[in-house]
Amino acid sequence: MRWVLITVALAFLAFTLLLPLVLVFSQAFSKGFSVYWQAITEPDALSAAKLTLLIAAVAVPVNMVFGVAAAWCITKFDFPGKNLLITLIDLPFAVSPVISGMIFVLLYGAHGWFGSWLMEHDIKIIFALPGIILATTFITSPFVARELIPLMQEQGTDEEEAAIVLGAGGWQTFFRVTLPNIKWGLLYGLILCNARAMGEFGAVSVVSGHIRGQTNTLPLHVEILYNEYAFAASFAVASVLTLLALVTLALKTLVEWYQRRSAHDLAEAKSTPERMAA
Amino acid sequence: MSIEVRNLRKTFGDFVALDNVSLDVPGGELVALLGPSGSGKTTLLRIIAGLEPADQGTILFHGENATDRPVRERQVGFVFQHYALFRHMSVFENVAFGLRVRPRKVRPSEGEIRETVMGLLGLVQLDVLADRRPSELSGGQRQRVALARALAVKPKVLLLDEPFGALDAKVRKELRRWLRRLHEEVHVTSVFVTHDQEEALEVSDRVVIMNEGKVEQSGTPEEVYDRPATPFVYGFLGDVNLFHGRIHQGHVNIGESELEAPEWAHVSDQAGVAYVRTYDVELAPFASGPSSLEAVVRHIRAFGPMVRLELDLVDGGRTIEAHIPRARFESLALGRGERVFVSPTSVRVFAQPT
Repeated sequence: MRWVLITVALAFLAFTLLLPLVLVFSQAFSKGFSVYWQAITEPDALSAAKLTLLIAAVAVPVNMVFGVAAAWCITKFDFPGKNLLITLIDLPFAVSPVISGMIFVLLYGAHGWFGSWLMEHDIKIIFALPGIILATTFITSPFVARELIPLMQEQGTDEEEAAIVLGAGGWQTFFRVTLPNIKWGLLYGLILCNARAMGEFGAVSVVSGHIRGQTNTLPLHVEILYNEYAFAASFAVASVLTLLALVTLALKTLVEWYQRRSAHDLAEAKSTPERMAA
Repeated sequence: MSIEVRNLRKTFGDFVALDNVSLDVPGGELVALLGPSGSGKTTLLRIIAGLEPADQGTILFHGENATDRPVRERQVGFVFQHYALFRHMSVFENVAFGLRVRPRKVRPSEGEIRETVMGLLGLVQLDVLADRRPSELSGGQRQRVALARALAVKPKVLLLDEPFGALDAKVRKELRRWLRRLHEEVHVTSVFVTHDQEEALEVSDRVVIMNEGKVEQSGTPEEVYDRPATPFVYGFLGDVNLFHGRIHQGHVNIGESELEAPEWAHVSDQAGVAYVRTYDVELAPFASGPSSLEAVVRHIRAFGPMVRLELDLVDGGRTIEAHIPRARFESLALGRGERVFVSPTSVRVFAQPT
């Protein structure tokens, strides 16, 4: 029975993960290395890569602040509406990214709620950089908070209380006590958040307008190339994103390892074995 | 520094954690808050520390109103039940924390910090473990690090929440003696919470017994043990036998027998309970007066200096416990199933609320 299950699992992984991975790289290099290099250094591709990095550079820090703040107030304080806030944090996961994109168009688009006001003040959100950043930030907002809430719940408030009694202020308590205790969980959340920010397609596709060299991100660029039957080029750009995913995976594994080690410390700190004579 | 608590009230939803609690802790004393779980003792301690706001009432530190003073300005040392050591810091850094977070103007120099911390670690006999992480220490060692950390900021008041609760019996006893000695050395006003009566009676200068959010009695260990003010205190401190009967003009009638209760001379026919400590009974082979109760020996535990007997009262069938000196037990030559007469030598009668 055990072997059957293992075989099924491995076969599933091979067909859904490993094979596509191999395919991406074999297709990318199908016309030789020079075509590959050209595809990823072509101005439109470079501009898409730059835009993708820029979006991640904004969305990830914003979500770090939001995630830590949300997790902090949910786990360290009691207030009315706490459960509602926890549910709201999950909303971007529950809603299809395309719908999220549509919502932003409905709010900030030319015919949207704030459309005319934005037009009057000459602010462009939809089909421009601010829209892409907004949509990406929204989609990736749960990652950090989701990662930190259970961790901080488990750690409790004892250490923070101890710090305050010893005379520490709020910021001192956060930077000297809370942050060191959550750093691995935070990093893990940030890695996932970053991966999604760079890879997000649905919501970004709706708000971006696919303007080459301006509002095209890497995932959108892959799609455009593919639709133009430039398969080798399309897969070449896709392989860059795939490499990014592999790096993310490696980092994630490393962080998980550190996290387990500090969780081990936590368990040790909570139990009080009399291993040594007191 | 003295602590005065006046008419404190605290509720959590419908649960009344503290109900009009008043308390005096004279400066320099070591006071135990003793009570079963849910009696409000930890809540009281947390309110004194400022970790929890009170619904009503005032707290005075050294005669000054400190009710709304923020935690960090109260100058209290708090030792948490599970120690709450900073797990990512070394023992040294844990103890140094309170000094390092001070505003730059009043922060001691690195040398002074080192001197203070090592001095304290010496006091708690942990100087050799200064570089260890809390996870590498035993429970007793963690407890002492927590104490050293609390003392590092030179608190005016030291508060300890179940300081020995998570430790095993042997370590507990050692630390108890050690805390007593430490208190004699540092002499800071200290309040500790415990549910262990032996711990409270042995360590403290004064015991405050709490039950269901109220203070039942407060006094020296001798006072509360020898003269319990309420039935609860009687039952909570030490082993006690209960005899249910009727109070009538200075006597309590329990079945055929009659116990003296002179303080109830003016009461006629009221339900009452006589409390008798397990060692306040005399056993004899014959009835020695109206206060003798006939019983059958059910069980004998004959190790140690005191022999413990379980006795079934013939009248009413209740089981009581009697502790008598070994010599007396041997002269009586009692065996299981034999008949014996029980005479209480010290009785305290409380009327039963109707």
